[in-house]
Order: sequence, then C-alpha cells, then structure tokens
Amino acid sequence: MRLAIFADIHANRQAFSACLEAARSRGAERMICLGDYVGYGADPEWTVETVMALVDDGAMAVRGNHDNAIGTPSESMNAAAQAAIEWSRGRLSAPQRRFLAELPLTLQEDDRLYVHSEASHPARWRYVQSASDAADSIEATDARVTFCGHIHLPALYSMSSAAKITSFIPTSDVPVQLLGGRRWLAVIGSVGQPRDGDPAAAFAMLDTVSREITYCRVPYDVETAASRIRANGLPHWLAERLLIGK
Amino acid sequence: MAKPARTKPSIEPGAVLDGFTVGELVHRGGMATLWTVTHPGITVPLLMKVPRIAEGEDPAAIVSFEMEQMILPRLAGPHVPGCFGSGDFERQPYVVIERIPGKTLYHRLGDLPIPYEEARVIAGKIATALADLHRQNVIHHDIKPSSIMFRESGEAVLIDFGLSHHNQLPDLLQEEFRLPFGTAPYMAPERLLGVRDDPRSDLFSLGVLLYFFTTGERPFGESETLRGMRRRLWRDPQPPRKLRGDYPPWLQEIVLRCLEIEPVWRHPTASQLAFELAHPEQVKLTARSERTQRDPISTVLRRRFNRGLTQPKPKSDVAVQLASGPIVVVALDTEEGSGPLNESLRMTAAQLLATLPSARLACLNVLKLGRITIDRTLDEEGNNKHIDRLVALRHWASPLELDESRLTVHVLEAIDAASAILEFTKVNHVDHIVIGARQNSMMRSLLGSVSARVAAEAACTVTVVRPPRVAAASVPRVQTGSDRV
Repeated sequence: MRLAIFADIHANRQAFSACLEAARSRGAERMICLGDYVGYGADPEWTVETVMALVDDGAMAVRGNHDNAIGTPSESMNAAAQAAIEWSRGRLSAPQRRFLAELPLTLQEDDRLYVHSEASHPARWRYVQSASDAADSIEATDARVTFCGHIHLPALYSMSSAAKITSFIPTSDVPVQLLGGRRWLAVIGSVGQPRDGDPAAAFAMLDTVSREITYCRVPYDVETAASRIRANGLPHWLAERLLIGK
Repeated sequence: MAKPARTKPSIEPGAVLDGFTVGELVHRGGMATLWTVTHPGITVPLLMKVPRIAEGEDPAAIVSFEMEQMILPRLAGPHVPGCFGSGDFERQPYVVIERIPGKTLYHRLGDLPIPYEEARVIAGKIATALADLHRQNVIHHDIKPSSIMFRESGEAVLIDFGLSHHNQLPDLLQEEFRLPFGTAPYMAPERLLGVRDDPRSDLFSLGVLLYFFTTGERPFGESETLRGMRRRLWRDPQPPRKLRGDYPPWLQEIVLRCLEIEPVWRHPTASQLAFELAHPEQVKLTARSERTQRDPISTVLRRRFNRGLTQPKPKSDVAVQLASGPIVVVALDTEEGSGPLNESLRMTAAQLLATLPSARLACLNVLKLGRITIDRTLDEEGNNKHIDRLVALRHWASPLELDESRLTVHVLEAIDAASAILEFTKVNHVDHIVIGARQNSMMRSLLGSVSARVAAEAACTVTVVRPPRVAAASVPRVQTGSDRV
C-alpha cells in the first residue's frame, strides 16, 4: 500500500492542497497526518475540515503541539506563534476544536508508529535535532519505523542491531529502502512552513511493500499563502518566512 | 507488535529461495559466501551473495551487506554486475547478482610488474568504469585488484560495493566504525580523516594499483596499522622512476598525480584521468614526471605538523563536483575563411571555461581522407598536413591562456567528419561539444551539415555556434522608432 505522510500543515491551504494533489497523482491510497494542522497560517478552518474529511475516509491523524494549544492555552510558545494560536482559536468551530483536542498523541499500525514530535515523551514536544535525540526516540518504541515532524526539517535516522545511529538528509524524489535489519526514524519536512531554505512544501510517500520512503517537494502558490497571512493581520514575519523557507 | 516468523531457510545446494535454486558454493570469504543460482526467467549466469552473520562474526559484514543491498539495485551499465534480487535480514539476507566470467585482477599479482602499455590500457578501463560509477552518485571506496573484473567485450566491471558511498542514500558506514574501514594499502589519505564523499578517493586507489602493477611494489607498503596508514597523510611515495629507470615520464606524471595527498591536486574527475590514459603523448609533464627522489624532509615535516592542508572539508556533492570538471571538445575547421566562426567558437569556449575551473578542453580537427584516392600525409609543398593542423589548433587555443594540463589538440583522419567527432566523443566520455555551423551554403549542400548530425546524434550536450552577424540577422527584432529609416 502507498501511504502519503504530511506533517506541520499549519493552516497553509495552498501548500496542503498542492501536496494532496501531488500525493494522489503518485498513487497515495492512504493519508497519514502527523499533527500541527493549525497555527502560523491563515486557513485553519479549511485545513481542519479537510483533515476531518480525510480521517472520515480512513486517514490517520495525531495531535501536534499547536493543535494542543487551541484547547490548552498554557502551551509555551513564541510571541508570533502565540498570536496565531489566539487568532485561530477564534476561527475554529466547537466541533473542530473538539476534533483537535480528541486526537491521540501517537498511533501505531503494523510496524509503524506515527507521532508529532518523537516517541520517547510525545507530550513533551521535544525536537529531534541530533542523532542522540533520534536514538532516544527509536529506543523508546518497539516500532520498526517511526514517522514524526515538528522540527520542519526533513531527516532520516537509522539504528543498526548494534545500536549505532546514522543520520541522513534525504534527497527529494530518491526512494530509500528502509532495510529490515535496522530501525528507522523518518522526520518528515513541513507542508505549510518549510524551514530548510527551500520554500517548496514537503511531504513523504511510503510504499509498505517495497519499504521505500520517498521524500517529496512540491512548489505551490507561496505568494497567496503569504498575502493571506498579512491580510488577516497575523505577524508579517509568518508571511515572510514562507517566501524564503526559513 | 507482530513480528514475522523467523524461519530461516538454509542455503545449500538444491534449496529454493524466492524462485532462485541454489547450485554450488564457489567462494567462502571473510564477509560472505558466494553460490551459483538459477532462476527460470533469467538467462544470464547468477551468483547469490550471502553475508556471514553468525554469532561472533564481524558486525562489518552486516553493514557492508546492507550497503550492497541498497546500492546494487540502483546501479546500471556495463561496469557493474546486474542485480536480480535481494532478501532482508528478517528471513535470509542475500543479493543475487550477475556472475561475471573470468577472474579478478588479483590473479595477475604473480605477473607484476606488467608492461607499461598493458598497465595503461587496464588503468584506462578502470578509470572509465569509475567515471560511470561516479556519474551514478556512487564512490566505490574499495578499488583494489580483487574488486576488478573484465567482461569478454573488454569493459572493466567493478564488484564489491560493501564499503561504497551513495551520495543520495544514507551512509550506513558513516559512524559504524571508529577506524576507517577498507583495504589499507589502497586507502586514500582523506579516508583516514573520515571523508567518505570525495570521488577522487577512488582515483588515489587506482593510482596505488597502477603504481603496484608497473613497479611490483606498493607505494605505501602493506601496513595495516592506523599509525602506519597515517604516514600517507604527510609522506609521499618513492617516485616510480627511482625503482625503474625506464619508467615513462607521462606514466609517472599520471601515477603521482593520482597519489597526491590533497584530492584537489589529483585529476578532477575519473573521466579526465581516463582521457589522459587514452592520450599519453599529450599528458602535460610537470616536475612530477622527472622526480627521482621523494619530497625533502622539510616538506614532509611541514605537512606533518601544519595540518591545515589535510583537514576534512565540508560535505561535497558528487554530482556538482563532476559537473565542474567536464571534458569539453571544440571542433574546429582550419580552412581558410573560417576566421570569424573560429573567433565565435573561441568566445564560447572562453565563457564555458571561465565558469568551470576544472574543465579540460580538447580541440579537434578532422583531416578528411578521400574515399578512393590513397592519401598522402604530405601536401604539394611537402609539408606534413597533420602537423600543420596541430599547430593551427594550438594557435587557435593560445588566446584562451589555458594551463597546458587542461588542453589537448587532436587531428582525426577520417572520411566522414561527423562520424569521427561522434566516435571521439564516445570513446573519451566527452561531456560537451562546441561546434561551428558551416555557413557556406554550397559546401553544406554538397557535404551535409556536420554540426546538425553531431547535434542530433551525440549523447552529450552540444552547442552549435554561428558568427555574430549571421546570428543577429536570423533573430527577428522588435522594430523601434530609431530602427525605421
């Protein structure tokens, strides 16, 4: 089966639409959403509604820290993120807020674990910034492959049977076989707010039979996404960073 | 979580695994065993490589196998064995590859040193194979006699990718071993510093092989200790001429350039090394070619204790590095009246070379032979036409002020100019052809357009150049007020 995996959509309608279309054209049979549907971007209602429809259709979705902050205002965030959360909260309907609040922190199917931040302490929203962070996550689960987002930078870590870790920055459109002899942590780049210097939206495809993961990049209408952030009175930096992918 | 049942199939003659029927054991190595296998749908002879992963075996065997499992299915072309299937550790790890008939170069060690000409041809084939591998984003990292075979058609085939690096796949060996892993006598100095992403490491190993095959001695001995291996970071080998008085200067130039401590001083690409090996008479001889002694101790000490030179560099991109060192051919007409076109060709070449500091330029001219008449190489005044053309090519190139090591000139004698240019391009793995479009319409209608055929049939990029005036006339211009007369 071919899975499409999306992380950190962040209410970016233009980016998410482009990624969904790209995933379908690549034969995606099932969608996996790794959290942070809201925050930063100007289209939270549409985004949550779209994710709800995908879940009705069989998609799997977990909760991210921004989704959590909608219902739990104490979440610590920087000023721009906080401003976007306050604004988003007012836009979402009660059923949408309930949907976000009730999402699980982790989901597991077959040998795969889906989580927003990492597997060792999913509710602490830790970032996977290094090989040792990746090792903590891999050692905390019995899943062979863990998929996460949160840091907005694509990466692929593996642990050998001798507990040695390798790290790798994936090349777009080059499939990598997730070899059965090791365990893997696939950090998926962000759909709605990439931070690796490439403004194109990021997602990944997984073929569960060949066990190949392919990191994908999709150019989208960044200008419109940015101008909608400005038009809605959100901090301008949130628009500018989309244009430079930072 | 459900784990697949680990019923391990045993590999023995007659066993069937994923459709492959196991035949006989042909090799038992330290890392893997090799079995012949057959498959109903596959006609080429096959080998199954099974890693040795029993308790207490070297963990390197596992990681090396995983690298081969990832890399082999991605490779294509005549210089690698075809890959026909693989199995994972969860059941029975194996890869099935094409069985290359014959023996590896290792079986020639009893014949060393071999004649210079034979060594040149062998090294040229290996360099060509490396160029093809590097273009597929893979650095071999274990070039040595036992990893090289030859097809019956002559091409070198590289085997054993267990230590290789693929620029677009995770490097599983990256942090696996505290010591650099590989074959000590052939290992490039930068490997000792942890660098795994420089394709020129393979050129160093090929230099070791070429040195060994032509002198009978390994340039850095056989030390397997880290201390012994590290000496190559500051100590250069004995020049081959010290060992063999008749060692050709062009060969020493090539060998010692491959063995440069700093990768940047080696040939920029394997294609360029193959080019030099194919044209020994055009190798630019530097002080390297005449050396009979190693570097003075003062130089060695400076390298030993001023390590800025040999520190690891930031990660490089194999494809970008290869693209910066293309082989560019300029096809020139030296006939009278080709002046303006040749000037345009020179400008185009200059622009290309300005952005590509590692590119090399080969200037080509075709000396046409008659179909029926027996050509004499002397013209009516008794001058050698071939030499005259070479002189003309050098004259054309001199304003480019290229370092001699980046420039070669070639006069091809052929009946058909386009075929000759295309053949040269293919044999020498040329990346870019710059060619002029013949302007004389009568000549073109009589002879056909050479540039059109080259552009249509070459496998590489082709730039067709026209003199500026003609080009301007063929471009429709927007009429402005001042243009109207």
